[in-house]
Amino acid sequence: MIRLEKRPSPSRFWTATTPLLAVALTMVAGGILFALLGKDPLEALRTIFWDPLFHPQFASYSRPQLLVKAGPLILIAVGLSLGFRAGIWNIGAEGQYIMGAIVGAAAGLAFYPSGSPLIFPLMVVAGALGGWAWAMIPALLRVKFRTNEILVSLLLVYVAQNILASAAVGFLRSPEGGGFPGSRNLSQWSSSANPELITGTGMHWGVVAAFIAVIFAYVLMSKHLLGYQIRLAGQAPRAARFAGVEPGRLVVLCLSISGALAGLAGLFEVTGPAGQISIDFNSNYGFTAIIVAFLGRLHPVGILLAGLLMALTYIGGELAQFMLGLPAAAIQAFQGMLLFFLLGVDVLSNYRIRFGRRSVA
Amino acid sequence: MEMFGGINPAVLIASLMVASTPILLAALGEMVVEKAGVLNLGVEGMMITGAICGFIVAVETGSPLLGFLFAAVGGALLSLIFGVLTQLLLSNQVATGLALTLFGLGFSALLGQGYIGVKAPTLGRIDLGPLSDIPVLGRILFSHDPMVYVSLALVVAIWAFLRFTRAGLILRAVGESHEAAHALGYKVIRVRMLAIMFGGACAGLGGAYLSLVRVPQWTEGMTAGAGWIALALVVFASWKAGRVLVGAYLFGGVTVLQLNLQAAGAKVPVELLSMSPYLITILVLVLISTRGAQGAPASLGRSFNASS
Amino acid sequence: MDRRTLLTTAAMAAGLAATGTAALAQSKTKVGFILVGPKNDGGWSQHHYDSAMVMAEHFGDAVEVVVQESVPEGADSERVMTQMALSGVQLIFTTSFGYMDPTVNVAAKFPNVYFEHATGYKTAPNLSTYSARFYEGRAIQGHIAGKMTKTNKIGYIASFPIPEVIRGINSAYIHAKKVNPDVEFSVIWAFTWFDPAKEADAARALIEQGCDVVLQHTDSTAPQAAAQAAGNVITFGQASDMSDYAPFPRVSSIIDNWAPYYIERVQAVMDGTWTSVMTWDGIGPGMVEIGEISSAVPDDVKAEALAMKDAIANGSYHPFTGPLNKQDGSPWLAEGEIADDGVLAGLDFFVEGLTAEIPS
Repeated sequence: MIRLEKRPSPSRFWTATTPLLAVALTMVAGGILFALLGKDPLEALRTIFWDPLFHPQFASYSRPQLLVKAGPLILIAVGLSLGFRAGIWNIGAEGQYIMGAIVGAAAGLAFYPSGSPLIFPLMVVAGALGGWAWAMIPALLRVKFRTNEILVSLLLVYVAQNILASAAVGFLRSPEGGGFPGSRNLSQWSSSANPELITGTGMHWGVVAAFIAVIFAYVLMSKHLLGYQIRLAGQAPRAARFAGVEPGRLVVLCLSISGALAGLAGLFEVTGPAGQISIDFNSNYGFTAIIVAFLGRLHPVGILLAGLLMALTYIGGELAQFMLGLPAAAIQAFQGMLLFFLLGVDVLSNYRIRFGRRSVA
Repeated sequence: MEMFGGINPAVLIASLMVASTPILLAALGEMVVEKAGVLNLGVEGMMITGAICGFIVAVETGSPLLGFLFAAVGGALLSLIFGVLTQLLLSNQVATGLALTLFGLGFSALLGQGYIGVKAPTLGRIDLGPLSDIPVLGRILFSHDPMVYVSLALVVAIWAFLRFTRAGLILRAVGESHEAAHALGYKVIRVRMLAIMFGGACAGLGGAYLSLVRVPQWTEGMTAGAGWIALALVVFASWKAGRVLVGAYLFGGVTVLQLNLQAAGAKVPVELLSMSPYLITILVLVLISTRGAQGAPASLGRSFNASS
Repeated sequence: MDRRTLLTTAAMAAGLAATGTAALAQSKTKVGFILVGPKNDGGWSQHHYDSAMVMAEHFGDAVEVVVQESVPEGADSERVMTQMALSGVQLIFTTSFGYMDPTVNVAAKFPNVYFEHATGYKTAPNLSTYSARFYEGRAIQGHIAGKMTKTNKIGYIASFPIPEVIRGINSAYIHAKKVNPDVEFSVIWAFTWFDPAKEADAARALIEQGCDVVLQHTDSTAPQAAAQAAGNVITFGQASDMSDYAPFPRVSSIIDNWAPYYIERVQAVMDGTWTSVMTWDGIGPGMVEIGEISSAVPDDVKAEALAMKDAIANGSYHPFTGPLNKQDGSPWLAEGEIADDGVLAGLDFFVEGLTAEIPS
């Protein structure tokens, strides 16, 4: 009989080693998968985990790309983690990300082709507001009518996708695009561009914002009263109420922060790496960020590392596809396995494994 | 009987029943899972796995019924991964469910590589003779394929199971308070594992309904978000089987109606029609929720460990 | 989680197999393809992939083809292109409209790599564009549809309101109307390229509205199956032949055949004669093919359709020939006037007689 015994506090040793164990297990399982597909498993694993960082031909380009890919994931995940800790479930970050990009882009394009240096800051504010406003719909419905925020935030993703398609073929369509869908290119208009800040690093304003958000969330959660209230609301909702935490205020606050950060991520993406509003501008960052948040154990630093790891598997997966001809589906299944193992072995940090029968209490 | 310049309500209702069946099946399964206190966000992954398992077996054996059977098995097996991780290794349910969706989408695409463009034997309508010829009612009630009736029977069965049987009571007890259920001697983990596998099987059936009846063909990613809608429906339904049916038919109905309105040339902006299924679902939920309690199982999403 | 340690572990595992990267065979011409969907999606991406494989077979050992499927448009595609260029690929085909600006950006960074972007309009010294005149095929479909409909109602499942889709609807309508003045078009905007369930529902809605011909500008065979179930509805294959559904309901099809173009362009790179071009080919050069017109089509209709195909192929007939008015009744093309490519490329209005609206 095997049973688990809760540790009084998470084991430091296992907290540090479980991710390594998980990666090792994934390599075994993934290696088997790749071998079944007729590929050299070791070569495939090296391409996914090693080449993006150290390959002589690619690494100088791929390494900074890690930040480009991880930036929006981290920014969104940090926002989501606050709500998740308080038991407030914003599953619709994807929609807030889209709306942030649309509102931000629209605010900037209203002044096209002005060269004013105020345009980019204006767009940043508008992007945050766009995401915030979209998150306020589930927040207010929850506070006013007790409508479940999971459902509303999730369904609003699909509504946002429809608005995005309309924007790309309608109200934000570039007048110089000859009738083709897509807005003006924002990364090529100096007033709205969000360029790489230091050449060769991948750093753009979105990545900077992600780092600031990590620090901000860290300070908030460990030093600030609000952080205490969030944790309390999540762990003991009743006690929180006695301690004077107003549940409605917390809902609005958490959804405000996560919505605004998701909106910011969308804005920085549309003005930088993506460059324009297009029909398929969104690429599931909002959903992947939920995984990143939990993979990082809802802790800001954990999220930072989890975001980088996810980004690595994306970029390594791309390399493996065209270098080794692995199907995209295999990469997806591989990512799924990595997550399974990471989540599964986590049990070792929080629990002791005991063999034998339960001792009489 | 016509409305909106040529939309026949009987035909519309018959179509919406077909359109709603995949999300209805998946949502019913997820509801049972959540009633047991487990939140599995991997519905999309289990649906698509069911879709391909059912498709492969139906093609290889020539029997759509065997296809459905193995779709249920496939969905249940995949859900077992979720069960082991969340119940035995106590991993976080939200993240594990999302990972399951990611894995299921990739895994199904790998399984299905040889089945693109293949035609599967599809499920015919049950011939109910004279009943099917009754005007209006015959079209709505007596002219469907067997799975539509299976899904409706499942609504009643789950409702009765949860309400009247001892096993249903235990399942609800586990979902409301696992500590109390454990103290009463119930096997919390075992109940939850069974519920999770039932949910996987239902999601698998819903997926197979897509690949074997509603579409019918296999393509990667063909569930296209249906699993997420099923999840939303459970919340919409306040964890009540009858309301899951209402929600699924409402969503499916608006989806079919908006396409019919477009086809009939209604002068409503297409963008609005296109988002109407989501907006109307939200609106109805707001109206329902003003009336009070939503009844989420109290232990929903929380891990249980006997020694803790 | 300590990332450095993690990486060291990965390095050790990988080090066991450290055989170096796949040796770059400089003698081979390396060609890359970037696909927006899975390579076996049964539609758009599959046709690019299949054509790429035909090209690879044509050249045998002389080329090495690398493929990246399911690449999201935007930042991800730019990275994938860059990595391909870094890996020594000499010619990169980017096969979706949404890759336009990323392709332009990467082409600017790699002046020695050649790029070919499908369906776009931006070029550079090392960037060509190529696209197919699908509307030529639509004209033939419209003719057959107009002749064969009994209810005089034709359904059209459209994806997004973009010029290519609008051209197709116009072309089919003009030619259906020409042979059947009573014909009406019902258009459903699905707002998706790919959602088999939604496409099936859309086809059923059209059929329930009395349409007995369903045209589709989405990629899955779901509408074919819906028509087959209905029993008295005809359809046309889109992007691929969809011959599983022949001879009925599928009576013909438009097939994308990119292979001749791919072979020509790869050959040009090998010969050192590659130059930047804007290609927009139709039935004549073989980029658009008309799938077999099945036995369900009466012989005289088939003969007319084939005659139209020949006329389009040899240039004696253009599907957009005046007199044509815009939907609001204002004149567009005078008697005998042929639409110019610039207007056609960005077409954003319906012709007179269509009652549907273009969402904007």
